[in-house]
Amino acid sequence: MGVAPAGCETDPVPERPHRGDQPTRLTYLDHAATTPLRPAARDAMLPWLGERFGNPSGDHRVARAARQAVDEARDGVADVVGCRPGDVVFTSGGTEADNMAVRGVHAARPGPVLCSAIEHDAVRNPVALVGGTTVAVDTRGVLDLDALDAALTPDLTLLALMSANNEVGVVQPVAEAVELVRRRAPAAAVHTDAVQAAGWLDLRATIAGVDLVAVSSHKVGGPQGVGALIARPGTPLRPLLLGGGQERELRSGTHNVAGIVGMAAALRAAAAERNAQRSRVGALRDRLAEGLLAAIPDAVRTGGGGAPRLPGTLHLCIPGVESEALLFLLDEVGVCASAASACASGAHQASHVLAAMGIGPEVGAGALRLSLGWTSTDADVDHALRVIPAAVDLLRGAEDRRPEPAEAPRA
Amino acid sequence: MRVLVAMSGGVDSSVAAARLIAAGHDVVGVTMKLWGGESDTGCCSVSDVDDARRVAQQLGIAHHTWTFSEDFDRHVVDPYVDAHRRGATPNPCIECNRHLKFDRLLRRAQAVGYATVATGHHARIVTHADGTRRLARGADAAKDQSYVLYVLRQAELSRTLLPVGELTKAEVRAEAETLGLRTARKPDSQDVCFITSGRGRRGFLGGRIDFRAGRVVDEAGRDVGSVDAVELVTVGQRRGLGLPGGGAPRYVVDVDAPSATVRVGPERDLLCEQVALERVVWSADRPPGASRAPIAAQCSAHGSPRSARIEPVGNDRALVRFERWERRVARGQSVVLYEGDEVIGGGVAA
Repeated sequence: MGVAPAGCETDPVPERPHRGDQPTRLTYLDHAATTPLRPAARDAMLPWLGERFGNPSGDHRVARAARQAVDEARDGVADVVGCRPGDVVFTSGGTEADNMAVRGVHAARPGPVLCSAIEHDAVRNPVALVGGTTVAVDTRGVLDLDALDAALTPDLTLLALMSANNEVGVVQPVAEAVELVRRRAPAAAVHTDAVQAAGWLDLRATIAGVDLVAVSSHKVGGPQGVGALIARPGTPLRPLLLGGGQERELRSGTHNVAGIVGMAAALRAAAAERNAQRSRVGALRDRLAEGLLAAIPDAVRTGGGGAPRLPGTLHLCIPGVESEALLFLLDEVGVCASAASACASGAHQASHVLAAMGIGPEVGAGALRLSLGWTSTDADVDHALRVIPAAVDLLRGAEDRRPEPAEAPRA
Repeated sequence: MRVLVAMSGGVDSSVAAARLIAAGHDVVGVTMKLWGGESDTGCCSVSDVDDARRVAQQLGIAHHTWTFSEDFDRHVVDPYVDAHRRGATPNPCIECNRHLKFDRLLRRAQAVGYATVATGHHARIVTHADGTRRLARGADAAKDQSYVLYVLRQAELSRTLLPVGELTKAEVRAEAETLGLRTARKPDSQDVCFITSGRGRRGFLGGRIDFRAGRVVDEAGRDVGSVDAVELVTVGQRRGLGLPGGGAPRYVVDVDAPSATVRVGPERDLLCEQVALERVVWSADRPPGASRAPIAAQCSAHGSPRSARIEPVGNDRALVRFERWERRVARGQSVVLYEGDEVIGGGVAA
């Protein structure tokens, strides 16, 4: 609890004028969707949202100052992820970085492309666009290395394998996949989407040997709208955007200075407390998992099965419950959770990740993803353990009761 | 009272939500995501979800999007395609009300603690002295939607609010203007939400049915024309049959899909004295008693009511005898039965 900034755990939801007057405790369990801004990131950004400004590509003192801020941020990102500063290409976020990796490599060197069946849409859709195919995962949600082995051809141009999955949190065998690719398809590049992993795993170890890495700022306590593609020298890569030639001709467009500065600060802060947070949040997540599985005995924890998972992610499939209805009830009592990824209209779609793990639509219909992060507290877990089983009971018609909102703590 | 408003992103449900809030209810907005394919306006394009959400923001209520696209495919789209395949007339809006808005949505709402659901339909719900509820025509005769809501019975009627049923469309728009709702001038949705004006019914069905060319024969069985897609021919149709010009107008009087044969004849062959209904729904949950006065039978969404007498057959069938000869009702078309302005039931032409 000590790491949460003051006020974070006690802010009441802004009262809605027509929803009665019970103020509700806010329990944010959707860190895999986005994370609250870290104070270090906010502090680093504030000058660039205030008196400081500048186009880093200019040739005067204002521009130079902005350039310096971007360069120092580049150093910071490189330091955290374990690459050279010159390998960092700042983008508008993880999706752009993933698109650039897949489409940029394919444009530079057309040929077969592979990705795992559980990639985020930001990888899956560009891979489909360039005519690529997917490699199966096992029921734990781990890439099937035998299937990869069978799919590899010497003319492969790119393999994309995420470091850890965004829905179920299962960590992928990136190092083993890299080894296979180097042996069987030495000309191929390997891309890893480390958007979810960046806050939890030491990227130096995760990305050792890969050619391309996508990271996103807002998943690690930085601002939204900024990310980076780490591209090792010599990786064949074409830009997605043409223009002024910023970022070594790879990403045209004036730099988002405040965002870049905030992202670097967030990554540094996340790395500094990574080990402490891993054990702290991991323990919270485990208590939440044990409590929910005890209270909802037929709930099934999705995937994993001995494979490593991110410390913050808990994914359950709850029989006899529909995700949308459960999320509605949880929202009413101030628990923010998710079923999986949300589409543009806010509607839920059947999860390709669960399908790839062999989980049928009936079981998957009760999917619940609870993702903890750097602001999560014991009180969050207590609140979730109080209201989630009650909401499940209500939806199953077991009892005619509703999860009661907690008393709003006095500020 | 806690009320869940089905917000389509149109002006009617926007005003419905605003009126319920003004009346002091505890309101939440839900937009159903039903159709994942192309759409002009309909109910469920992303832009309509956006409109619903923006109105909810303006009104200060929570808004959720619920996906019922699989139910929609199963209960609305598939039967729509199948009806064409069989040469019958589909009623997608009625099936959507029957299975989605007033079943799936009502059940989901109940599950999350909202016993009452409101929609922006132009119809009213009236309560009789004995406590029985009935659906009644909306105040705006031109916009009345009671026809597509005949599938509601007591269980649904008792849990439904139709807050704009007392208003004319002009009054709804004026109220939206006064409240500054962004949907105030949004055009009314047209026709079937999953059929686009660009591709039309033919384009939609073409990907789902192998159209069959059909013979067009007269009452004596002689070939008089041909059609390239017997699945697109409707009883009562006059054009597009490849008939030679001149002579008295001839109409499609029968479509026999299995043999891909369209029969044409003079208008009198289209006339009939009665129509048998199946899948009949009685608003009061039971058939009306015998020896009733004539009722009004409406045989299409905007058709004129026809005077008729009804003979219930069992619980879910009925015979509707018209007081005078009337145009035949196409197989699959819904016939809605009114006593005055009030719906007493309805069914599908067998």
